[in-house]
Amino acid sequence: MKINSQKKINLLVDCVKMLMIVAIACALVSLIVFAVSDDPLNAIYNFFVGPFTTLRRVGNIVEAASPLMFTALAVVIIFGAGQFSMIAEGSFFIGTAGAMVVAITIGMPAGLHPIVAILFGGILGSIVALIPALLKMKWNVSELVVSLMLNYVVQFFVIYLVTYFFREMESSSLCSVLFQDTATLTTILEGTRIHTGVLLGVAACIVMWFLMYRTSFGTSLRITGDNALFAKYAGLKVSGIMVAAQAIAGFLAGIGGGAELLGMYTRFKWTATPGYGWTGIVVALLARRNPLMVPLSAAFIAYMNVGADIMARNSDVGREMVDIIQGVMMLLIAADALLQGWRQRMIIKAAKAEEEVSV
Amino acid sequence: MAEALQMKNIVKVYSNGVMANKDVTLCVNEGEIHALSGENGAGKSTLMKILFGEEQATSGEIYVNGKKVNITSPQMAIGLGIGMVHQHFMLVPSLSVTENMIMGVEPKKGIFIDRKYARQQVEEIGKKYNLYIDPDKKISELTVGQKQKVEILKALFRGAKILILDEPTAVLTPQETAELFEELKHLKESGYTIIFISHKLNEIKELCDRITIIRRGVTMGVHNVADVSEEDISRLMVGRDVVQKIVKDPAHPGESLLRVKDVKIVDETGTVYVDGVSFSLREGEILGIAGVEGNGQSQLIDAITGMGHISAGSISLRDKDISGASVRKIRSMHIAHIPEDRMTTGVAASLSITENVIADKLSWKRFVRGGVLRRKEMRAYGQEMVDAYQILCKSQDVEIGSLSGGNIQKGVVARELSSEPLVIVANQPTRGVDVGASEFIRHQLIRARDQRKGVLLITSDLNEVLGLADSLIVMYEGKIVAYIQDVASMTESELGTYMLGIQKQSAAQIKEALHED
Repeated sequence: MKINSQKKINLLVDCVKMLMIVAIACALVSLIVFAVSDDPLNAIYNFFVGPFTTLRRVGNIVEAASPLMFTALAVVIIFGAGQFSMIAEGSFFIGTAGAMVVAITIGMPAGLHPIVAILFGGILGSIVALIPALLKMKWNVSELVVSLMLNYVVQFFVIYLVTYFFREMESSSLCSVLFQDTATLTTILEGTRIHTGVLLGVAACIVMWFLMYRTSFGTSLRITGDNALFAKYAGLKVSGIMVAAQAIAGFLAGIGGGAELLGMYTRFKWTATPGYGWTGIVVALLARRNPLMVPLSAAFIAYMNVGADIMARNSDVGREMVDIIQGVMMLLIAADALLQGWRQRMIIKAAKAEEEVSV
Repeated sequence: MAEALQMKNIVKVYSNGVMANKDVTLCVNEGEIHALSGENGAGKSTLMKILFGEEQATSGEIYVNGKKVNITSPQMAIGLGIGMVHQHFMLVPSLSVTENMIMGVEPKKGIFIDRKYARQQVEEIGKKYNLYIDPDKKISELTVGQKQKVEILKALFRGAKILILDEPTAVLTPQETAELFEELKHLKESGYTIIFISHKLNEIKELCDRITIIRRGVTMGVHNVADVSEEDISRLMVGRDVVQKIVKDPAHPGESLLRVKDVKIVDETGTVYVDGVSFSLREGEILGIAGVEGNGQSQLIDAITGMGHISAGSISLRDKDISGASVRKIRSMHIAHIPEDRMTTGVAASLSITENVIADKLSWKRFVRGGVLRRKEMRAYGQEMVDAYQILCKSQDVEIGSLSGGNIQKGVVARELSSEPLVIVANQPTRGVDVGASEFIRHQLIRARDQRKGVLLITSDLNEVLGLADSLIVMYEGKIVAYIQDVASMTESELGTYMLGIQKQSAAQIKEALHED
């Protein structure tokens, strides 16, 4: 009975906390808009309601959530193993490059082509993620520093690849030549650009939940993440688990990159990394590191992004505001003390009530 | 006699819902040594944390010298004349005794620390209370007993009138304990009030005036120590009669299981931890390793269990060499290991009891098929362990870190003894564990011995090593200084002389530990 009551209290407090964070974020949007805009009501309307006014815009939310699911999953797995590699960004970007290479250079039947391209992107993502992981295992180099630096290496390598080998010469801006028709992912909802990559993302979330909570590997991973010394003492292959977790994470981010490229574009157009790896951290924390919550929290962040875009187009407020909001949300999520007083009061009440029952 | 301290109807609910104090009342008179006793998880530490301002009571009142106070920080507690001697010393090893003592309350001369005055003060207080320590020595050069003296001096230097000592004798040899008791009695005569936390009943009988007993967060009353027997105290603590003496049949040791030969352990800096240690653990015996902490026992155990390395020599299990093997390999050869520190090595605190007891069994077909967990089997096993090892919890699904120390330790013991071991390495198996749980854990170890397993017992609790072990080796500065084949012939003080390096057996006697013909 106690367990139930305590679980309920924790769940209730967590939900209210998340709602509060969302509410504070929204309040903050309004506050800033009122401060900077000449027509604040219009801007706020565009931000909050704008994303739901047409099917295409609702589609935009789902499209924007897709890459975030993959990078957030990568973060969930890496953090779950107690590692702090920031490689999701780099793995995602190398994944796009891998998919691009296959999509442009190799001819294949329509059904198979995107699968091969995305898988190739995933493998490259995995290889990139292995670099900080192995350096840490071998020489105890900080995976945080290596991954941060490596992200730049990856970014410039990909830009180099596009510029020197796949560039569309007819275009004045930097972009690749067109992909083969067989390579692009199919759209699943008419009137939007929602593509099969979204389904892949949701499936990945379910698979990762199963992996983490229903397999022996996942249990080893969570044990390692909680207490690596204990994991070693229990006879688990600690460094192997840490490396495997980062390889899986890199693979997820990599196929995320491939799916994003082939689902949304017909040529490679980025001139810098799109930052989904960073936003993925916010999504992962908002999902409380639970893979099953990742689609929801990705959709929420995507909604904010789409809202900001619409607002930027239709009013005098810039879209950068969303970055401010994300920063504030991250602080709020990290603020464990938020609502602790309330939780404590409820727990005291429950503990006392139970005491009376048992006496 | 005036009341120095009163804690009235203290209730404390932790944020994980654990009600550590349900209704505790503690009254301590001025100038007495007051014992605070109770099983682990009874709420002693919580009560003292509240008194020292490290935790806040959910409800209840505290009076110091008759005045109602609200203690919100250790600084405030110190200001009220309350001093705490922690079980784990809070000292800076690389600084001198004086520097440690004045830390945070430095006497100043202008903007500089008045070192001369400080040193003089330290010397004076030390002499006055019979606690003299060379003020210029570095903490790292002191023995455990001396460090404890520095802790006490530190509290006195800060003007403490009420001293709290949290299980102070746990780390001391019998000689050091006797010395500590003399000092405490002297302090009492000088008008200090002392709260002495312990569950060693003989010490309470010897030292204390009155005793407050807590059971499951409720005070079981205050007694004059002279009026109650040890049996009475333990009954009040546990709520039933506990057999204090360890009862076991004589051992019938058989063949050698684990053989350690000429093992030497040196680290990268050249520090020698273990220097040519040889012994043999036979089936059906409990072999104790006694010694003051820090004489190489930890490094030796790490090497045997695969957590550390050896520099020379060999370790073998039934003639198979296991020196330098991985933990996984060693575990697969049925060596179980109850680690010294359960929180850092023994559990994953935020995972459930079930997940913790199967952490070393993830390759068992019973729990995992094709890499997928068999949740029903797992949970049933968790329940089985909770029942068999009497782990006090709401269910096997709760986080193990939310349990009390003694119950976490039972979880660790459950996991290790259920792993079908041949050899059990038990490092401080009952440290910080209450009377009832200790008794239970010791019984489990004796039962394992009677099932022809070999138990290697490392403990700093002399009663335990003398009561539980069949034979015994004593380690001093990385070497074996004594091998006692029959522990029954040994007294505490004799053991103490070996532990302190005062006495040493001949090489021939020590060599007998290897049981080589």
